Amino acid sequence: MFDLGPVYQSVGSLAAMGAALGAMLGAAAKFLAVEENPLELELAGLLPGSQCGQCGFVGCNQYAAALAKNEAPVTACAPGGKDVAEKLAKKLGVTADLSDHEDKGPRRAVIDEDLCIGCLRCVQECSTDAIVGAPKQMHTVLADNCHGCAKCFKVCPTEAIAMCKVPVTLGTWHWHKPAPALLH
Amino acid sequence: MSSVYTDKSGPYIHAPVSVQKTMTTVLLALAPATLFDAWMFGWPAIFLFAITVATCVGLEALCLAIAGKPMRPSLVDGSVVLTGWLLAMSLPPWAPWWVAVIASIFAVCLAKHLFGGLGQNVFNPAMVGRVAVLVSFPVQMTAWVAPHPLFAPGSPGIVEALFITFGHGFNLDTMSAASALGFIKTELSRHVPVSQSIGQIPTLMDMLVGRRPGSFGETSALLILGGGLFLLAKRIISWHIPVAMMGTLFVLGTGFSHLDPDRFTDGIFQMTSGATFIGAFFIATDYVTSPTSKRGQLVYGFGCGLLTWVIRTFAGYPEGVAFAVLLMNALTPIVDQYTRPRAFGRTRKGEPLPIRGDK
Amino acid sequence: MKLFPVRGGIHPEYRKDRTSECAVVAMPMPRILYLPLQQHIGAPAEPVVQEGDLVKKGQLLARGQGVVSAPTHAPTSGRIGAIDRVTAPHPSGLPQLTIVLEADGRDEWGELAAPIADPFAAEPADIKARVAASGIVGLGGATFPSAVKLNLGTQHKLQILLLNGAECEPYLTCDDRVMREYAGEVIDGARIMAHALGTPRIVVGIESNKPQALEAMTKAASAFGNIAVVGVPVQYPMGSERHLCQAITGLETPARKLTADLGVVVHNVATARAVHHAVRFGRPLISRVVTVTGGAMADGRNVEVAIGTMVSELVAFCGGLREAPRRIVSGGPMMGAPLPSLEVPVVKGTSGVLALTAAETNDAPAGPCIRCGSCVTICPCGLSPVEMAPFIRKDNFEAAAGLGVMDCVSCGSCSYVCPSHIPLVHYFNYAKGSLNAADRDRRQQERIKTLAEAHNLRLEKAAEAKRQAAAAKKAQTESQATTP
Repeated sequence: MFDLGPVYQSVGSLAAMGAALGAMLGAAAKFLAVEENPLELELAGLLPGSQCGQCGFVGCNQYAAALAKNEAPVTACAPGGKDVAEKLAKKLGVTADLSDHEDKGPRRAVIDEDLCIGCLRCVQECSTDAIVGAPKQMHTVLADNCHGCAKCFKVCPTEAIAMCKVPVTLGTWHWHKPAPALLH
Repeated sequence: MSSVYTDKSGPYIHAPVSVQKTMTTVLLALAPATLFDAWMFGWPAIFLFAITVATCVGLEALCLAIAGKPMRPSLVDGSVVLTGWLLAMSLPPWAPWWVAVIASIFAVCLAKHLFGGLGQNVFNPAMVGRVAVLVSFPVQMTAWVAPHPLFAPGSPGIVEALFITFGHGFNLDTMSAASALGFIKTELSRHVPVSQSIGQIPTLMDMLVGRRPGSFGETSALLILGGGLFLLAKRIISWHIPVAMMGTLFVLGTGFSHLDPDRFTDGIFQMTSGATFIGAFFIATDYVTSPTSKRGQLVYGFGCGLLTWVIRTFAGYPEGVAFAVLLMNALTPIVDQYTRPRAFGRTRKGEPLPIRGDK
Repeated sequence: MKLFPVRGGIHPEYRKDRTSECAVVAMPMPRILYLPLQQHIGAPAEPVVQEGDLVKKGQLLARGQGVVSAPTHAPTSGRIGAIDRVTAPHPSGLPQLTIVLEADGRDEWGELAAPIADPFAAEPADIKARVAASGIVGLGGATFPSAVKLNLGTQHKLQILLLNGAECEPYLTCDDRVMREYAGEVIDGARIMAHALGTPRIVVGIESNKPQALEAMTKAASAFGNIAVVGVPVQYPMGSERHLCQAITGLETPARKLTADLGVVVHNVATARAVHHAVRFGRPLISRVVTVTGGAMADGRNVEVAIGTMVSELVAFCGGLREAPRRIVSGGPMMGAPLPSLEVPVVKGTSGVLALTAAETNDAPAGPCIRCGSCVTICPCGLSPVEMAPFIRKDNFEAAAGLGVMDCVSCGSCSYVCPSHIPLVHYFNYAKGSLNAADRDRRQQERIKTLAEAHNLRLEKAAEAKRQAAAAKKAQTESQATTP
C-alpha cells in the first residue's frame, strides 16, 4: 500500500483553493454587479424613437431591452429599415439576415384625398410631424419625413391612409447584382 | 422593367482573350522543348508524359464530378493539361508510371481541387505534385539517365520502353547518371571543390542545347528560354518575375563565387543549370499563385531566386526551384497586400493627395 | 508641348472607320418629339407650358430648378401634345415626365435672345447667364450643366480651359466630325468660355488617331496666340477628364476633388460649339450630332438630330437594322448605357446609338478568376479589381469601399481585358449603387431621429406650458378667493 498522505494534502489544498476562489467570484457577482445594461441604452439610441409598435414591443425602449437580452431579431424594426438593422447587428456583434428585407421594404404613408375628412387625428399621432393639415382641410403626408411607423394608419377613421412601397426612381435605381458565375 | 438588352451593365465590347487562348499559348511555348526532349529520351519519356497528362485530366474530371461542377469548360480551357504538362516536365524521363500517377493525385486533387478549383489554389499544383513524390520516393525521383535519343542504337524500343515505364523500370545502377547540380553537390560533400568538379559536368553549350541528364524541363535550356521569350512577346507573362528570379540567381552566384570559387558555383552556371529557365518563365509565373501587382511580382521573383540559390547551395537537395516556388507561394497573399498599386489621386496610405498651388 | 504618361488603360479595336469619313448629315425634323424634363445632372426642369400650347422653335418649354439644373427648349415649332410619362433612355426602363411636342411642319423660329455682339467685352456673368438660359450641358455624355461649370472661375484660380476632343470610346466619331467640319465654331465657343472662366490659356486635347481633326483645329486656332492644339496618345480612357488633365499638365486630381482645384476646367468640343451658337446667335441647345453605327446597323452615319427624336426614327433614317442586335447602347460601348428598346428619345447626352451584334460584344459566360492580374495592370485609377470583386460577390461592401471602389470611374477597362469574362464593372456599379443607397438610408434615419426628437420636445413643451397655465390659474383663483 502506498502512503495516502500526499494524496489527501493535494486534494485538500486544491479543493480549498477552488472553494476560496469560487466564494470570491460569487461575492463579486453579488456586490460588484452592473446595475443597468449600458448596451440597452446604446441600442435604444440607434432606433428611430417613434414608439410605433411595429416590432411587436410597446415602444422602442422595450425592443432595445429585448435586443440586449438577445430575445428579439435585429430585423424587427420596419421603419428603421436596412440601415437600422445593420447598425443593430453591428452593435450586438451578430450577422443580420437581410435576405427578406426587400419584400418587407420601407413604406410611406399616403393619404387618399377622396376619403380624408380632415379630422386631424393622424396629424396628432405622427411621431415625426410629417403630416400637415388643418381642421376640415385636406391632410397630406410629407413623404421625405415619413418613415413608415404606421401610427397614422391605425387611427384614421375613414381608412384614408395606405402604407405604400417606396417606388424606385431614376435617381435611386442602381444596377442589380450580376448573375452568379459559371463555376469551374 | 428590364429587357433582354438591359440585363447586364457595360462594357459591351471585350478583348479577344480567354483562358483557353492563354493556356494554349503557354502549351505552344513549351512544345519545342517537349518535342526535343521526347526525342532525346525516347519512348519511355513519351509514355511517362502521356500517362501524366492523361491522369491529370482524368482526375480533374473525377473531382469536378464529385464537386458537382460543370466539366466541359474546365477540361476544354487547357488549365489542367498545362498542370500535367509542367508536372511531366519536372519528373525524371524514365520514371515509373506510378510516380506519375501519385504526383498527379497530389497536384490535381490535393493542391487544386481541395482548395476550391481553378483560381483558388494557394500553391502551384505541379510543384506540389513534384515535391510530394520527391520527398516520398527520392530514389526514383533522382534516377536521371543520360540522353538516349529516339531510334539511336542503344535506345530502348517501344516494347522495352513499355517495360521501363510500366514494368520493372530500368537498371538504376548501370544507367542512371547524375544531373549537373546533383553531381556538384555530391562532389562538394566529398570535399571536391567546385572549380574541379565543374570540369566534369557537361559544357555550357551542352547544357543549353540539352545534351545532358535531367528532367524534361532541365534539359534543352535554350528551347525553354525561347519558349519563355515567346510568352513575353505574346504578353502572356511580363518580364518582372523572370528577370527578378534569374537576376537574383545570377547576382548571388557571381558574387559568392568571386568570394570563394571552390565552394560556390558562378552566376552563369546558376542560370543555365537545373530548372532555372523553366522555373523562371513557366512555373514561378503561374497566375494563380503569384502576386497580381508588378511591384509584388518583383518581390516574389527576388524571393524565388534567393530561396533557390540558398537551397541549391546550403540545403540537402541539389535543385531548389520547386521548394523555393512553394515557399514564395505561401507569401503571395501578404506580398499582394503590401504591394497594392497607389490609387489615382491618393497617396500610398490612401489619403487624397494634397492640393498644390493656390486656390 | 510636353505630355505626361497616363498609367494603365487599354487599346481596344476602335472600329471608327465605318463612320469617320461620313460627313454630318441633318435628319429631317420628325413629326413628334419627346423631351424629357431631366436630360442633365441635377434637379429636373419644371414645365412652363401646358397641353395644347402652341410653341415656336427655340421657345422655352421647361425652366431649370435650382442652381444645378438646365432648361429645355422646343427643337421645332408645333403644339404641346401632352406632358406624360415616357420610357426614359435609361437601363432601368423606368418612365419619366416628358413633354410631347407635335411638330407643325413649319419649323419657325420664335423670338431668340439677342446675340452678344462682342462676347470678349461682355461681363463673364452675362455669358454664364446666356449659357444657362440656353440649356447647354456637357455634351460628352456627362450632361453636367455647363453654366455651373463655368462658374468655377469665381471659386478657383484657373489657368487652363482644356477642350476634350479625345473621343477615346470605340465607334464614336461625332466629336471627330464636329472638329473637322466646324472647327471655327468650336474654337470661337472655347474662347468665349475661356473669357467667362477667366482662364488665360486654352488647350485642345485630341487623340492622335484623328489627324484631320488635329489639322482642322490647329488651323482654326492658329489665329489666336493662347490656344494650343495637342495630339494626345491613343489610349482608353484618355477622354476621362482627370486622365486627360494628367496627360496635359502632369498633375493628378486629388480624390474627391475637381480638376478645377488644379486650375484646369475641362469641356467637350461639342459643348464649346453649342456655346458659340448660344452667344453669337442666341440659339438654345436643340440638336446635337450623334454617331449611329454598329454591326447590326445597315449603314453607319453621323447625324445632326433634333433633341427628342425617337431613337427608332433615327435608326430608320440611317437605313435601319439589318439584323437583330444583341445590344442597343446609348453612347460608347465601354461606358455607354444600354437602352431598353428603340422606343426612347434622343436626349442631350446621347453621343452615339450603337446596335451591336453578338460577335461584336464578344460576350461569354463568366468563369473563375485565374488571378492573372491584367485588371490591376490596366486600371487607370490604380485600383485592384481582382480583390474588390470577390468581396462584392459576398455583398461585403464595406471591404470593397476600403479597397477604393468609390474611386472607380466605371471606365470598363478591367472587364474588357478579363480572360475569364468576369463582369467586373457590373460588380462595381452594383457596389457603388448599394453604398449610395445605404448612405441615403443613413441620412434619412438621422433626419427621422431629429424629427422624432423635435416632436417629443414639442409635446413636452406644450404639456409644460399647460401645467404652468393650470398652476397660474389655480393660484389666481386661490388669491381671488382669499381677497374679500
